[in-house]
Amino acid sequence: MDVKDIIKPENKVYSKTSVLTDNVMHYCPGCSHGTVHKLIAEVIDEMGIQDKTIGISPVGCSVFAYNYLDIDWQQAAHGRAPALATATARLFPDKYVFTYQGDGDLASIGTAEIMHACNRGENIVVIFINNAIYGMTGGQMAPTTLMGMKTATSPYGRCEELHGKPLKITELISQLEGTCYVTRQSVQSAAAARKTKRAIRKAFENCSQKKGTSFVEVVSACNSGWKLSPVKANEWMVENMFPNYPLGDLKDR
Amino acid sequence: MALRGAIVVDTEKCKGCSVCLVNCPTNTIALAKEVNSKGYNYAYMANPESCTGCSNCATVCPDTCITVYRVKV
Ligand SMILES: Cc1ncc(C[n+]2csc(CCOP(=O)(O)OP(=O)(O)O)c2C)c(N)n1
Ligand code: SF4
Ligand code: SF4
Repeated sequence: MDVKDIIKPENKVYSKTSVLTDNVMHYCPGCSHGTVHKLIAEVIDEMGIQDKTIGISPVGCSVFAYNYLDIDWQQAAHGRAPALATATARLFPDKYVFTYQGDGDLASIGTAEIMHACNRGENIVVIFINNAIYGMTGGQMAPTTLMGMKTATSPYGRCEELHGKPLKITELISQLEGTCYVTRQSVQSAAAARKTKRAIRKAFENCSQKKGTSFVEVVSACNSGWKLSPVKANEWMVENMFPNYPLGDLKDR
Repeated sequence: MALRGAIVVDTEKCKGCSVCLVNCPTNTIALAKEVNSKGYNYAYMANPESCTGCSNCATVCPDTCITVYRVKV
């Protein structure tokens, strides 16, 4: 069979969801942010909630997330997305409100906001992109940077005496009464991405059931910050990030 | 019954990250020698007869550049 006989509308099994805009993403080649954006967009599409979803974009590389998902957005000051999401979800209880935050945004400058929003059990979804570095500003150390990992601000590697150990914020968040679903996923392979999509779907479904805060960490690669090729960065992530940040559900109730 | 597939890559959007290529179970994809207007070597179906239309490549593509087609033969 000739390729041109396969490429026909009736044979189409995968194409870009219309919830993603046609804008070309500004992310570096192979960056996990793009994959996660796509999965969120597909969930919104499949649940038919495009006009009921409000995203809160962070400060960090994904500050421009609002250019890529065709939904309503607000953009928060650094780390304050959970505060904006709190207000938004309380004012519009019938909407699906989610924050999208990096590890610098969520686990460093925004620690207070995320902890208290999760403790209050705000009816929101949190998508947490943990790439163990500050991508946007040039690869500085983050609270989630691994032991021994070299970054712009830990040129000799992260060391316990100076920097403490990596902050396992997702484990902390799973202890909080307000969270109903806390999970850690990844997107380096098709199987992993499909699991992450199911986790995001569950999180949004929890939102309609008013179950409290659903928290989805995605262990991610920042290949530019890590100074590796996209494929090597994903391999490095599997080898080094996963032992520190094991995948799976931490809480589901 | 076998599955035959084919992919169409938005070559202008593709950044040549190669994540699709390593996720293809049938070694269908390679990077082109040619570059797009941004200078990226884009992904293309180097071995079109081996594609099964599994959609793995499209699922992992961070820039959602790949459309997948599949037929039963
Ligand atoms: C109040 C304030 N402090 C510091 C900054 C500088 N800044 C911009 S992005 C960023 C860190 C982003 O890292 P992360 O949240 O991990 O996201 P990534 O870029 O890795 O996706 C910092 C510190 C800022 N914009 N505003
Ligand atoms: S700097 Fe890192 S997080 Fe930011 S777009 Fe590039 S790869 Fe992604
Ligand atoms: S659809 Fe599957 S077999 Fe075909 S190119 Fe993509 S990953 Fe390879």
